[in-house]
Amino acid sequence: MKLGLLIDLDTCVGCHGCATACKQWNTSGTIGPLSDSNPYGKDPDGAWLNRIRTYEVGDAPDSKTVHFPMSCLHCENADCVTVCPTGASYKREEDGIVLVDQDKCMGCNLCAWACPYGARELDHDQGVMKKCTLCVDRIYDQNLPEEERQPACVLTCPTSSRLFGDFDDPESEVSIKSRQRGGRDLMPELGYEPTNKYLPPREKATVEMFALDSTEDGFSLKSWVNKMIAR
Amino acid sequence: MHPALSILVFTVTSGFGYGLMTLLILSQLLGGSPFANVNAYLIAFFVAFVLMSIGLLSSTFHLANPKNAWRAFNRFRTSWLSREGVLALLYYPIALSYVAVLWINEWQTTVAAYVLGAVCVVLGFVLTHCTAMIYASLKTIPQWHTRRVPIGFCLFFIYSGVLAYALAVVSEGGSPLSAVWIAACVLALTGLVFKLKYFTFVGEPSKTTINTATTFTEATVRLFDTGHSAENFLQKEFAYVVGPKTQALARKAVLALAFIVPLVLSALQFSRESSSLSMAIAAVLCCYVGLLLERWLFFIEAKHVVRRFYGEQY
Repeated sequence: MKLGLLIDLDTCVGCHGCATACKQWNTSGTIGPLSDSNPYGKDPDGAWLNRIRTYEVGDAPDSKTVHFPMSCLHCENADCVTVCPTGASYKREEDGIVLVDQDKCMGCNLCAWACPYGARELDHDQGVMKKCTLCVDRIYDQNLPEEERQPACVLTCPTSSRLFGDFDDPESEVSIKSRQRGGRDLMPELGYEPTNKYLPPREKATVEMFALDSTEDGFSLKSWVNKMIAR
Repeated sequence: MHPALSILVFTVTSGFGYGLMTLLILSQLLGGSPFANVNAYLIAFFVAFVLMSIGLLSSTFHLANPKNAWRAFNRFRTSWLSREGVLALLYYPIALSYVAVLWINEWQTTVAAYVLGAVCVVLGFVLTHCTAMIYASLKTIPQWHTRRVPIGFCLFFIYSGVLAYALAVVSEGGSPLSAVWIAACVLALTGLVFKLKYFTFVGEPSKTTINTATTFTEATVRLFDTGHSAENFLQKEFAYVVGPKTQALARKAVLALAFIVPLVLSALQFSRESSSLSMAIAAVLCCYVGLLLERWLFFIEAKHVVRRFYGEQY
């Protein structure tokens, strides 16, 4: 098995629901707590396993705002595991999930340095490395109804922009969708072979742009007011 | 990259220690000790051990959870950091038994001393190489993922060793062989050229761009929002930057302090009848501060690819 996420950049609305649900689940999960420092102050900081950044792609009028959720991509060639001196970081043979044994980590930061995706964050309060577990303490939980045996971020996503599944199975939903819509790797040139794939935004019609009425040389009330205020 | 003071102190100080140790062994094995008496030789050994140990202890200060540091010897088959730890620990008994063998045989270089000494010298280089490979093995930092890094670490460790060795000999009232001053000059000059070339190298753009990071390789990509109001761990750790003026000044200071001043001083020492103690001290101090600054700059100029996700274009 090669468990991972398929993330749809077309439909993600950047609500940060996945990050919040992730924090809520994992702060009391197997690798919890996810400590915060100064959470209600001027410079709140803390360990998050999921972060969403927003980009402006292309130039107007063909530009698009793309919300970009990122968590651990559970790479095939996970350098974070090979650099770990203590053996705290490991990749599970049975399903490919990359985990950190919280009892063995010495907090040297080297795995975070080795990760190109910023998936690992040091918990300063506990002195150990935190990262996405793909909700390993959820997806195998026999006490949960079967439809809930999915990562918290996937369950909570209001636009279903995150899909969870087995990329080793060519007939799984994630494999089929990734094939159909051309799922992409992040930074493929580095050779980490991430499991998580990103679906590109769909082609959309160009928005028609109308030229504004310009009164370049003539008198306009607005320019006159602006001049008066500037004075 | 955020430069942790403990790592800077660790790599430079232990470099001086291993370098001094290497030179002490080489001088003994190749041509007999130029030290006035046995005690002076032993003191120099002791100083080398202290420098090594200060460095190694300081390396644990940057650990967020040092109580698990003992586990770091676990993964020497894959992790360069683990290999460094194992070899650093192995170095002590070998170096100590070398001194012990010399002591027992009344400072005659026996076969055992040759073997142990040679192992120690090789181990010094291998250990420094392992330290450098911790950085050079990271594909995520193009400025570090190069052969230049292990070459530089090995060059600087033996260079600082030569200067420290010269100081050790001079401080005991002796005069090092002129070969030592020549070696110091050659290594300083090599270091200078090496560093100048490295400064050009770090300016080269990497093939990992904001486009390959976000999969949009056919369009311009600009960061619109980081998603949080204050700097997070990733930005503090990987996007630590100083102003271009500070960086330019630091580069000049590195070249001057680490290489040019010791080069001039060593050349003067070479031309003098008897070596000057104050000049030897000045050379070592300048080199130490210069190399600390060099290591600081090594971190400052390393641009982790995570910065692409925070808007850096390439």
